[in-house]
Amino acid sequence: MEHHFQRLYEALSQVQGYIYPNEVELYWSVLIVQYPYITGLVAGAFILASLERVFNVKVLRPTYHLALLTALAFLLVAVMPLVSHLGKPFRAFEIMMTPNPNSAMAIFGFVYIWYLMVVLLLEIWFDYRRDMILWLQKAKGLKRFMYQVLTLGSRDISPKALRFDEKAGYVITVIGIPSAFLLHGYVGFIFGSIKANPWWSTVLMPVIFLFSAMVSGIALVMFLYMVVSWIRKVKIDIKVLDTIGKFLLYILIMDFSLEALDQIHRIYEAEESFEILSLLVNGKLYISLFIFQIFMGTIIPLITLGVFQFYKPAEKIRRACYAAISMLVLFGIFYMRWNVVIGGQLFSKSFYGFTIYKGQLIGAEGYLMAWFWFLIPFAILAFLLWLLPPWKKVEELDESSGKED
Amino acid sequence: MKNKDKKSTRRSFLKAGVAIAGGVAATSLLKPFNGVVLATEMPEGEGPWYGLAIDIEKCIGCGTCASSCKLENPVPPEPFYFRNWVEQYTVKNDGTVKVESPNGGIGGFKQTVPEEEIFKSFFVPKLCNQCDKSPCTQVCPVGAAFETPDGVNLVDKSYCIGCGYCIQACPYGCRYMHPTEHVVDKCTLCYHRIKEGLLPVCFAACPTHARIFGDMRDPDGELVQFIKNHTCRLLKPHLNTSPKLYYNALEEEVR
Repeated sequence: MEHHFQRLYEALSQVQGYIYPNEVELYWSVLIVQYPYITGLVAGAFILASLERVFNVKVLRPTYHLALLTALAFLLVAVMPLVSHLGKPFRAFEIMMTPNPNSAMAIFGFVYIWYLMVVLLLEIWFDYRRDMILWLQKAKGLKRFMYQVLTLGSRDISPKALRFDEKAGYVITVIGIPSAFLLHGYVGFIFGSIKANPWWSTVLMPVIFLFSAMVSGIALVMFLYMVVSWIRKVKIDIKVLDTIGKFLLYILIMDFSLEALDQIHRIYEAEESFEILSLLVNGKLYISLFIFQIFMGTIIPLITLGVFQFYKPAEKIRRACYAAISMLVLFGIFYMRWNVVIGGQLFSKSFYGFTIYKGQLIGAEGYLMAWFWFLIPFAILAFLLWLLPPWKKVEELDESSGKED
Repeated sequence: MKNKDKKSTRRSFLKAGVAIAGGVAATSLLKPFNGVVLATEMPEGEGPWYGLAIDIEKCIGCGTCASSCKLENPVPPEPFYFRNWVEQYTVKNDGTVKVESPNGGIGGFKQTVPEEEIFKSFFVPKLCNQCDKSPCTQVCPVGAAFETPDGVNLVDKSYCIGCGYCIQACPYGCRYMHPTEHVVDKCTLCYHRIKEGLLPVCFAACPTHARIFGDMRDPDGELVQFIKNHTCRLLKPHLNTSPKLYYNALEEEVR
């Protein structure tokens, strides 16, 4: 506790102008930055997967299952930063038990459960059911046991059953697209509906969150596709990267336009809060907004991807560029969340001054904790790829579809 | 044939017009337009509905309200946690505004701006506005933030999950996370005192009677009379939170 007060005294000594006395402490820390970031990765990865399935973008086939499993791995962790940030984490279930219907936050539990249970788990299950039954026959030990549990006792791989799997998977994907939109648009609404905070309170917030989610999710799948191929020592299909890159470019343009619109609107209207927000953007957020988010995370990827539409350099260069772009975009979107969440708390609601954010390295709300919750999904994904390897599936699918023909 | 058609359209038009006009007239008789007298619409019910007023002209910036609150209530002594505090506004001759509230005003103020530079200066005590349309209770995901039937916004600490959403939603900075209880804390309007017929402690402690506490349902009470006889304003009225804290002589610099 002494350490906590010590930090606050330090923050107090660095307050600029006037802030309400209760505003010295910044309550939503890096973990709350993590929450929309991770949720966004889920929604984005899922939307990329649905592109392949619903809109029949065949080239993206190699990333379809990877994207789904990525979405699942991150979704399993999505609530953890939130829960570990709560003052009373063991009361978290109250959100589900006695939700306040007027609260934007209360619905999160239900949106989350809907998305996890109805959309992702069901879709992956129908998608892998046949494969799990086939793998079960050869597997041994733990893997065998897991397939036994995961198949839920189903053993029917007749063409009729497989046709049903396919149909069910399709229907779920169709339901899943609006659900993914809902999941992340909703996260944006949590911030966008706070009228007390002019940095958050914009009707565009859910839309901006949604598009930035798609950007980050697509970049993540692009990055993971390269990493997984590299680990498996298989050739990266440059056509896949080119196609993902094209989608990334389109969505990035929309995302950037929306964010620019939001800022231009603020500048042109120049409401009561304009002066303090202008100081915020040009001062405390300068590096994280202009350098990290806009220049590194948006402009460089936009230009590179734009150039690739007209001029395609050698495969090797393009691969390296895609790797760099995907990381830059992931970095930039993290700072977009940072600028929203932390930026929105740096200025006083009196509009007369600023507090500072003093992050800690260790502790329940420290950077290490944030990194922990960011890296755990990769471990989960590794496990999922071991249990449900998409590449083994693809081969068998081709074989069987050949037989059916 | 054509004429007949026209006639019948005209007739049905007139009929519909009369019906709509009659309907509007009838509904307006049922619920006549309520001129907005107070900033908030009083809910139906019996018993007191508490509100407050602060007379800025009477505040001398002694900080007794802030210190008495910390003595009466379990508010941490550190200068980051306040259920109420006092702000000192100094408008300089060049039009710039300096706002200060060292330790929430506990222990009083020193004027740091040289006298010849001062255009005007005044004190503004702040505390929970006890909004009728309170954004803090709106956003609480579990309903731990609630409004009592007598119009006081409270936190059920045995139920609060400590998410801090209400802290973000309060436009007036009146909420904080209790450092040892790990739940949200705020002004209770000394609910334990007012239920015993006492004044909230900061109202009782104010040496200049700059704070008026009362029942908004009592037209002859001191509070309603004060609001009636003074030009009172609210903080951040554009946010439509319907505060029940009325300020006399509130300057536009105050936010």
